[in-house]
Amino acid sequence: MTEPAALRQRAETEAARLPPLLARAEYLAGTVLLGDHGRRRSGLGDDFWQYRPVQPGDPRRWIDWRRSARSDDRFVREREWQIAQSVMLWVDQSASMRFTSDKNIVEKGERARLLALATAILLIRGGERVGLTGTLLPPRRGGNQVLRLAEFFSRDDAADYGVPEHRAMIPNARALFVSDFLGDVSEVKLALTKAADRGVRGVLLQVLDPTEEAFPFQGRTIFESIGGTLAHETLKAGDLKTRYQQRLHERKAELTHLCHATGWQFQTHHTDASAQSALLYIYRALDRGTA
Amino acid sequence: MILGPIGFAAPWLLVALAALPVLWIILRAVPPAPIRRRFPGVALLLGLTDDESVTDRTPWWLLLLRMLAVAAIIIGLAGPVLNPEDESQRGTGPLLIVTDGSWASARDWTSQSDTIDDLLAEAAREGRTAAVVRLTRPEAPVFQGPDLWRTRLPGLAPLAWEPSADQMAELAQSLGDTDFETLWFSDGLARDGRTELLEALEDHGPVQVFEGGATVTGLRPVAFEDGAVQLTALRADPGSAREVTANAHGRDPSGTMRVLATLPLTFEEGATEATGALSLPAELRARVTHFDIAGTRSAGAVTLTDDSLRRREVALIAGREDREGLELLSPLHYLQRALEPTADLLHGGLEDILPANPDVIVLADVATLSEGETDDLMEWIDNGGLLVRFAGPRLAASDVSRDAEDPLMPVRLRAGGRNVGGAMSWGEPKTLAPFDEDSPFAGLPIPDDVTVSSQVMAQPDPTLADRVIARLSDSTPLVTRKRMGQGQVVLFHVSANAEWSTLPLSGLFVQMLERLSVSSSAAMPEATELEGTTWQPVQVLDAFGTLSGAGTLPGVDGSALIDAPLGPELQPGLYEGEDRRIARNVLDAEAVLEPVAWPARVPVAGLTRVEEMPLGGWLLGAAILMLVADILASLALSGRLTGPRARAGAAAALAAILLAGLPAGPSHAQTVETDEEASRSDAMAIEATSEVVLAHVITGNRQVDDLARAGLLGLSQTLFFRTSVEPEDPMSVNLETDEIAFFPFLYWPITPDQPTPSAEAYAKLNRYLRTGGMILFDTRDADVAGYGAASPNGRKLQQLAAPLDIPALEPVPSDHVLTRTFYLLQDFPGRHTGGAVWVEAAPPDAELIEGMPFRNLNDGVTPVVIGGNDWSSAWAVDDRGNPLVPVGRGFSGERQREIAYRFGVNLIMHVLTGNYKSDQVHVPALLDRLGQ
Repeated sequence: MTEPAALRQRAETEAARLPPLLARAEYLAGTVLLGDHGRRRSGLGDDFWQYRPVQPGDPRRWIDWRRSARSDDRFVREREWQIAQSVMLWVDQSASMRFTSDKNIVEKGERARLLALATAILLIRGGERVGLTGTLLPPRRGGNQVLRLAEFFSRDDAADYGVPEHRAMIPNARALFVSDFLGDVSEVKLALTKAADRGVRGVLLQVLDPTEEAFPFQGRTIFESIGGTLAHETLKAGDLKTRYQQRLHERKAELTHLCHATGWQFQTHHTDASAQSALLYIYRALDRGTA
Repeated sequence: MILGPIGFAAPWLLVALAALPVLWIILRAVPPAPIRRRFPGVALLLGLTDDESVTDRTPWWLLLLRMLAVAAIIIGLAGPVLNPEDESQRGTGPLLIVTDGSWASARDWTSQSDTIDDLLAEAAREGRTAAVVRLTRPEAPVFQGPDLWRTRLPGLAPLAWEPSADQMAELAQSLGDTDFETLWFSDGLARDGRTELLEALEDHGPVQVFEGGATVTGLRPVAFEDGAVQLTALRADPGSAREVTANAHGRDPSGTMRVLATLPLTFEEGATEATGALSLPAELRARVTHFDIAGTRSAGAVTLTDDSLRRREVALIAGREDREGLELLSPLHYLQRALEPTADLLHGGLEDILPANPDVIVLADVATLSEGETDDLMEWIDNGGLLVRFAGPRLAASDVSRDAEDPLMPVRLRAGGRNVGGAMSWGEPKTLAPFDEDSPFAGLPIPDDVTVSSQVMAQPDPTLADRVIARLSDSTPLVTRKRMGQGQVVLFHVSANAEWSTLPLSGLFVQMLERLSVSSSAAMPEATELEGTTWQPVQVLDAFGTLSGAGTLPGVDGSALIDAPLGPELQPGLYEGEDRRIARNVLDAEAVLEPVAWPARVPVAGLTRVEEMPLGGWLLGAAILMLVADILASLALSGRLTGPRARAGAAAALAAILLAGLPAGPSHAQTVETDEEASRSDAMAIEATSEVVLAHVITGNRQVDDLARAGLLGLSQTLFFRTSVEPEDPMSVNLETDEIAFFPFLYWPITPDQPTPSAEAYAKLNRYLRTGGMILFDTRDADVAGYGAASPNGRKLQQLAAPLDIPALEPVPSDHVLTRTFYLLQDFPGRHTGGAVWVEAAPPDAELIEGMPFRNLNDGVTPVVIGGNDWSSAWAVDDRGNPLVPVGRGFSGERQREIAYRFGVNLIMHVLTGNYKSDQVHVPALLDRLGQ
């Protein structure tokens, strides 16, 4: 049984972490200026699209009398079709994301959350509905959803490597998966295949620490995963460098191939690079996907 | 045990060296331990195997390093000693130590006294008695405990003269009849009486001589010839070519002693003399007090200058300079020709010349002086100036000194003067009468061709007879003199050119000026000339060439000053007579330095003695350093030096090791403290300047300070989100200690009890305001008093701002640039609303141009903004961005807070962009936004 006071205290502690993350995500999102993304064709929406002559079958109440009075024909005022899109996010919160090689570089998980939340803010400002994959938080719109997302993003997962959540995919929605994708690749494959089956397209963003690219290790070393479930001992770490980089390259190639096959997009982001460039990429990539 | 020059205290420990090879094998067999490292990429590593199954061995050079460290420890513990003392040579019986104690000994007195100290300590250990004798002040040797002599050693420093033959003979007679061993510390110069003393000493026992290695150098007195100062350096040994530097010392215009000029002097190979000429401007030359050879501490290498280098400064002023081109008729022409060779001439107006304090001022035919000039001149004469006046047509025509005696004239004058022997007068031109005995001109021969045809006449006053120092053949005064204070006024009753007399054409004119000390001759007087006079020492030299005040030393007879040898009664230095100074130097103009030649039977040793030197500490220290290097190398090899934590740890360890190696002490601790302070202020400067930082003044009231900081934090965040200004966290500024020039903007909340800044802080603040800084004063009292003295905050503001350099102020006009730098604003609320805000007043000529909504106002940032709306409370937020202080009620309150933020944004924009938004270029856009 949980003590109510302790629960309250933990909740307060958790909640205290939200404003900085939110503020930084808000600021990051503020660097991207958006306009409403119209569908470039007439439909339901707020913005004026065009006047067209009345055709048979148009209800009378559609006629724009002010325009029609200026000429002999009758005209209908059409609006641009704007449609809200559902975007589902999945951020890897497993132990392997809680890693940084230098105190001046943020943790991978920290960067992943920041990017996902900033993306969510941007999308919600653009009128989209944003939620998490799975059944925990279905896509909704409005400022409160950002708070809920931030709350879910602040939780840590105990597992060593994250597994993409692929249940309850909404058909024809968009998705953003952020992870280091160093774990089992077959789970990713399963998720993407299921997504493709339901017409969901989106972006895979791989967040890596610089040392995970460079492998700058020497000497006799025992490598352990963050959760401690995996270990590997070597006598000369320096000799493993080229083979490790080869495997990493293969992993990226495999993910890229998977994305091509399913209509997704794949990008690698390093934690020592600026978050803004990654955010711009995500935003453009999602935009392409929805156009 | 002794190996070569090294001996060991515990040689058996060296056996442990045999264990080194065993250690080598053991170390080689053990591989380095593995590191555990967290790394998410391990999933990709699974299944990769190593190419070689052999582990990394410890490399041979690391093993060698460890071996060397262990070997150094073993050898160090064995107690090695460099140059162990040989204990076979020991003397017995009393010991007499003789030092020359002359100026030439001064150059290596430190090593001499160290050696004597060592020898006395050794004698004490051996139980011998000892005596120390100085030849320059000989006393009968007293043999007593060497330790007593060691305490007296500092009192036996060399003296500034040489031992004479008499002094050496005196010592030879007082030796008594005991036998003793003699150690003679010689200064290396040959002189009479040395051989006799040596023989006398050898009668009592063996004699050993110690001599320093460096050759003796000296400087002869300087002479002034051919327009330059002639310098001659001497040395005792004619060795290889060598260059020495002569320095001229004197006071600079601010009165501190410094080197005024340097001259390199080169000894040719085999030569003992080096000469050179130093050409100096007269101003500089007059300042030189002494010359010395750089780097030589010896009275012989110092030569004092007396009046011989000094030339008197004579200012020439004429009342009539308008007759251009008529040079021979110029009142000053003959004076210039007469004085040029021996004096430095000054030209210019009286008010320019007096501050230069010349020795003599000559007024040629100057009749009237203004009252101020007269006062200045009289003060100058009272302080020893000599005013020489010449008559002339102007003086004769004026009323100066007609009825009452002018203070600057020696006599009263009769109107008009007189002409004799001209075309319109009877009589012949007058000649000069022989000079009186008590006249300063006494003894000067009078040439026949000196005639006077015109002169001004003196009134026959009671004092006239005393004041005449030269007269014509008919007893009319030609030259009169009056003493005033320490100076005097002299009047020549004729003109300074050849119009009135032929005196300026004759050699007598020059001699008369010389006698009046208008010009001074540089020749050294003969001994007979100075007989009977007494000279007072002003400064004396010690053996090391240092000048010091003479104190109560007695005066010296004039003839002795020139002739007598230097000694305790006549010390080298500067002596002052009635009207001049004479320097007595260690070396005279004919001095030569000759090295002493000791007979072959006397052993001569140098002053350096080989000392025992234990090497154990050095070896152990080296071992520790090698072990540290070993630690670092091992860490680097096993990859532990990479990675953030390992790097910081290694750096800290290295720093700790280095610090531990440094000698600790109070001075060290102090430097660390000041370093810390400096680095703290450096860190603050870097923090304040790497980004825009808002700052507030610390008032001392904790609550107000916290609120001000929180307010600036809120404003900073607002700026960060809304504008391209991205400030760092705000800082608190202590006006007394912190530099405020880094901050573009200071927020200064007023509390009634805050301390008033010091004068330095106010100077800093005024500099800050003049160079573009802005201070926002906030009385926080909603301006209830209208900035009068009715509220305590208002009173405090008046008191604080009084010393500040604040321009005229006015309430913010509706077209001030502050209303539109970012947002368009009409009022500037904080927690309170409605109070007037004051800024620098617009210039009075600012006018509204037709069709323009704004006046073209001040061309800069207002240095102060004064208000009472308590803005910091409206801005204040906590760490999570929530407002700290409630403002207003409900929505209107939030609106008021928003406007307060907008005021803050506008203010910072105004500070950072100045009058940018004042530019008329923005008018169309602003009009559009205003909806007009």
